[in-house]
Order: sequence, then structure tokens, then C-alpha cells
Amino acid sequence: MERIKILIVDDEIDLISTLAERLALRGFQVETATTGAGALERLAENGFSVLLVDVKMPGIGGLELTAEIKRVRPGLPVILFTGHSSFDDAERGMQEGACDYLVKPIDIEQLILKIRNAVGAKEGFQS
Amino acid sequence: MARELPKRSTAAEGNQGIRRGEGSSRYRRLWWFSVAFTAFVSLTPLVIMTLVNFYQYERTFTAEMIQPVYGLASTSGRFITDFLVERRAALSYVVRREPYGDLCDPARLGRVFLDMKESFGGFVDLGVIDSDGSQRSYVGPFELEGKNYKEQDWFHEVYVRGAHVSDVFTGYRGLPHFVIAVRKDDGEEGSFYVLRATIDTEVLSRHIGSLDLRPSSDAFLINRQGILQTPSRHYGGVLEPCPIGTPPFSTDAEVLEVKDKQGEPRILGYAYVEQSPFIFVVLKQPGQIMQSWVRLRSDILWLLAASGVLILTVILCGSTYLVNRIREADARRDMALHKTSYANKMASIGRMAAGVAHEINNPLAIIGENASLLKDLVAMKNEPPERQRLLSIADAVLKSVERASTITHRLLGFAKRMDPAVERIALGPLLGEVLSFQGREAEYRNITVNLVVPEDLPIIESDRGQLQQVFLNILSNAFAAVSDGGQIDVLVEQREKDTVTVIIRDNGPGIPEHDLPHIFEPFFSTKGDYGTGLGLSITYGIVEKLGGRIEVRSKPGEGAAFLVRLPIRSRS
Repeated sequence: MERIKILIVDDEIDLISTLAERLALRGFQVETATTGAGALERLAENGFSVLLVDVKMPGIGGLELTAEIKRVRPGLPVILFTGHSSFDDAERGMQEGACDYLVKPIDIEQLILKIRNAVGAKEGFQS
Repeated sequence: MARELPKRSTAAEGNQGIRRGEGSSRYRRLWWFSVAFTAFVSLTPLVIMTLVNFYQYERTFTAEMIQPVYGLASTSGRFITDFLVERRAALSYVVRREPYGDLCDPARLGRVFLDMKESFGGFVDLGVIDSDGSQRSYVGPFELEGKNYKEQDWFHEVYVRGAHVSDVFTGYRGLPHFVIAVRKDDGEEGSFYVLRATIDTEVLSRHIGSLDLRPSSDAFLINRQGILQTPSRHYGGVLEPCPIGTPPFSTDAEVLEVKDKQGEPRILGYAYVEQSPFIFVVLKQPGQIMQSWVRLRSDILWLLAASGVLILTVILCGSTYLVNRIREADARRDMALHKTSYANKMASIGRMAAGVAHEINNPLAIIGENASLLKDLVAMKNEPPERQRLLSIADAVLKSVERASTITHRLLGFAKRMDPAVERIALGPLLGEVLSFQGREAEYRNITVNLVVPEDLPIIESDRGQLQQVFLNILSNAFAAVSDGGQIDVLVEQREKDTVTVIIRDNGPGIPEHDLPHIFEPFFSTKGDYGTGLGLSITYGIVEKLGGRIEVRSKPGEGAAFLVRLPIRSRS
């Protein structure tokens, strides 16, 4: 079975590198980007199965990035990270096209479940 | 807890007392100033007006009192002067008209005497005395012919002055009389004779008796030595010394205020009788004349006193009312300022808490992720050294991260709910959330906290942040009141259809009965220097604003219970 390829987008480099390693340990292929612009560049080159995007980022924010991804790759699932105080942003992100959201600190098992649901839904949608 | 009771009891005497003391002193000064200033402004014109009236009335009454005495003295003085002048003129006329030789004839002198007696009256006898002092001729009731007067003072007096009126004396008859004598030069050098007449003082006494004086008044003649020349009602008979003494000389009539020998005040009117030794004196009691003035003066003083009392009463009541209104307005203003300040402080704390929580969240997430990675690495790799120990360390780190996250989430939630907004609220979870802030203290002090919420309790419409503040304030007080190992019960009931009641009950020392009516007043604290006296006051204001009611029930030694009744449907 083909490994699920994930792009994590967050300006907190320490956080995403750790999260990337944890997901890699669980068999996922993970790449990271620290800005919205960097994420859009990588999106053109690689075939990612799912994107994990932090809502609050300098420059292109998570909501803006989600909207852009939905414009260029409508079928690509996006899962948003949000802080405790940013539920409203998460809800707005869902309206922009994100398929799910997760509140920090991240529960890895819950994240994997959401990733699998998103990818499963995407494949189901594609088939 | 033993230390709580003194804290409650010191509240009224301590912080609150000082604050109230300072305030009272300020308002007391304001009250005194208001009373003094208003009293000065209103009473001064009244007193001045009364004094002016007093002075004018006194002058008027004194003038009215003096004028009749002056008039009497002046008229009587002129009458007696005229009486003497008339009789002296008669004698002068006789010596000019009748030759000396004719006058020495007793028959001729007797005819002249009868004419004078009939024409003028008052004459007792008439005699002619030559320059040697011998009485050459005499008409009268005594045998005085040949009597020599050369060595007597009056003879020298008439020789020097040409005429003489004597003091009153009793003489041979033992009746009071006086003498009028005139000199007539005889033509030869150094030769003269004197025509001398005796006048009965009865004429003058009759005149004085006709003055129609009150029994307490008196009128009489005295001579320059203060000897009575006519009888006095009160000061003795003729030729007795008058205790009033001799008044100072004046050509006009005068009025004086004097005191008699008993020390009683008298109004003395007098007039010196010209070309005689006599002084006419009239004495009146001022009391009779001044009686009306005394009554009027008494009325004026009573009017002044009554007006003063009335004005002062109005000033005292008015000042008290005004100062109380100012004090109330100040208290309302202070309360509003403190409420605003308190709200701003809470908002600042909320913003700061949110900032701190947000900033801590990210490092916490990184710590959490790294600890999780560590755990993953240990768990997924084959038998690393100290596997179990590393796993337990990672678990400990993750547990602490979770605890820290719970705190930051709570802070963020609290800060977010500072903004007023009506929403649907389940009271049970909200009370649980508020109690969680006190959880640590309850744990450390071994305080039992019971939260009893019925399962079918309706959701209410209210302001979450405001309710949190209300319950936090009441619970903070309850925690401060109970001893270590004490108990706090939080009960929620639906006693009425439209309201729910939250009862927060502690088993602390209770609230003294005399403090109960003041417990929701601003600045009333039972916590001494530690209390602002605003917590329960603000709580009361919030509950009222939310459409609810708050009550307190307490008995000393049996704890206290706060009942918060909240409407199920928000009125706003």
C-alpha cells in the first residue's frame, strides 16, 4: 500500500519537526513548510495526500492558505491546527473548505484518525 | 478557622472605621462651615437690626421720659424767678416813689404794706432800716422796731449788691419764710436805707403742691448748700439737708439720672432761680416712665430669641439635609468610579491572562510533542536501555504539560468571557468551573466542597462572565470564612417556576447581626486591611443587573448562606 504523504505547514519549526518525526515513526511520509508561500510552492511539485495547516501564521495565514489550496487543488484535504482560543477561526476554515480541525496540543492518535478519515474520504470521493 | 473571627470583627473598627472616620470628619467640617456661614449671614442682619431698633426705642423712650421733667423744672424755675422778681420790683418801686421820711412814718408804711399785700400777696411784714442797721420803722406781727441788723450778713449783702433774697429761715415766729431787701441811696454821700420785706414760703409750697405729681415723685426748693427750703414728700422737712445734694450750676433747666440714698435710680430735673439762693428740684422714678420701655425691650428680646431659634433650626435641618445629600451623591460617585476601576482592572487581568496563556501554549505544545516523540522512540525501538524509566519520565512530562494546558485553557476561557453577553448557560458546569479555581486551596486546607445540582435543572439565559464573577466573589468569601477542614456547600434549586436559586453555604463563624444590614454596602468590609469592601457590593450590583436577587442569612457561630436567585429567561 502506498504511504500517505503529508505536508505540515506551521511557523513553529520545533513543533512541526517533532510532529513530522512522530508521524514518520508511524509510517507516514511527511514534509514540512514554515510559511504559506513555501507550502504552495511544494504543493506544485509533490503529490500530497493531505495537508496539516496551522491557522495562525505570519504572511499567508491558515485560512487564506486553505482557500488558495481549494482553488488550485479542490480535492486535496486540509486539516487545520488551532489554539484553544481560535475556535471561531477553525469554524471559518471549515467554511473555506477544510475537512477537519484539531486543537493544540495535538493528540497523535486523534490526528492519525483524522488523517485516515480525510484520506479515506478523498479516495472514496475519487473512486 | 480561629483567625477568621477576629478578622471579621476588626473590619468595622479597622479599615472601614478609618475610612468612614476620615469621610465623617470631612462632612462634619462641611456641616459646621455650612451652619456657621449661613447662621452668620442670616443672624447678623437680624441682630444689627434689633440693636438699632433697641437703641432708637431707648432714645425715644428716654426723650419721652426726660422731656416732661425738663419742662416741669424749667416752668417752675421761671415761675419762682418771676415771683421773686415781681416782689423785688414792688419794693424797688416803693423806695423810688416814697420819700424816706414818709416811709419812716409807721402809718404811711402800714398803708404801703397793705397795698403790696393786696396787690402781690405773700408779704408778712415790711420794715425800713437805716444805714446804721437800725430798724426805723416796721409793719408786721412782731415788735421789731429799733432792732439792729448791722452785723448780719444779709445787711452787708444788700449794701454791696443793692438787693438781696435770703435763704429760708424760721425766725421768731417759727414759720418758714425768707426776706427780700432793696437798698435806696439817700442823696447824702454814704447815706442809704433798706426796705426789707418778709415773704411767707407757703406761696411757693402751694405752687409746688399744685404740680399734680405722682405719689412716688417729689418737688421742692433747696438752697445752694443743699438745705430744703420747702418740705419734701420723701426727703424731709424745711431746713433739713436734702440727700440728693446740690446739682451743678446751670443757667438753664437740666435733667440728670441720679441715685437716692437707698440707691434707687431717679430722674432729677432742676433749675437755678435767678438772683436768689434757691434751686427748684423735681424727682421722678424712672421705673414708672420706663415701664413701657421695659415691656417693649422684653418683647424685642423675645422676638430676637424666637427668630434666632427658628432660623437656627431651619439652618441646622437644612445643612444636615444638604450634607447628607452630598454624602450620598459622593458615595454613589465613588461607587461608580470604583466599579469602573474594578471592571477595567478585571479586563486588564483578563487581557494579560490571555496573552500569557497564548504565549505559554506554544512552548507547552513543543514540550509536549518532544516528550511524545521521546516516548514514541522508546516505545517503538527495540529494547533501549532503561526503557521503563524513560517511558515513565516521558509520561511525567506529558502529565505536567496537560496540567499546564488545562490552566492556560481556563485562563483563556475566563478572559474571553469578560465581555458582557447573554447566552444559554448550564449552571452546573459553570459552578464546577468556578470551583476549580479554588480547587487547590480546598485541597491544601482540607475543605470539603459539595456541589449539588439537580439533573433536570433548566438552562438559564444570562451573562457567563458576570455570573462567574458573582460566584467567584461569594466563594472567595466563603473560603476566607471557613476554618481548615471546614465545609462549603453549593446547592442549586428551582424553587419557583421562573427562577433558579444558587445557595452557597459555609460553616464559618457567621456574620455578626449588626453587620448583616451593611454587608452589601460599598466599602463595608469584614476583612480588615485585606478587604476593599467592594466585592459583595459589586456582586449585589451584578445580580441586580442580571435581573436576580441576592440575600444573606447568617447566625453567629452557625455559618453564613448567600442565596442568589437568577431568572431563567434573561430580561434583556
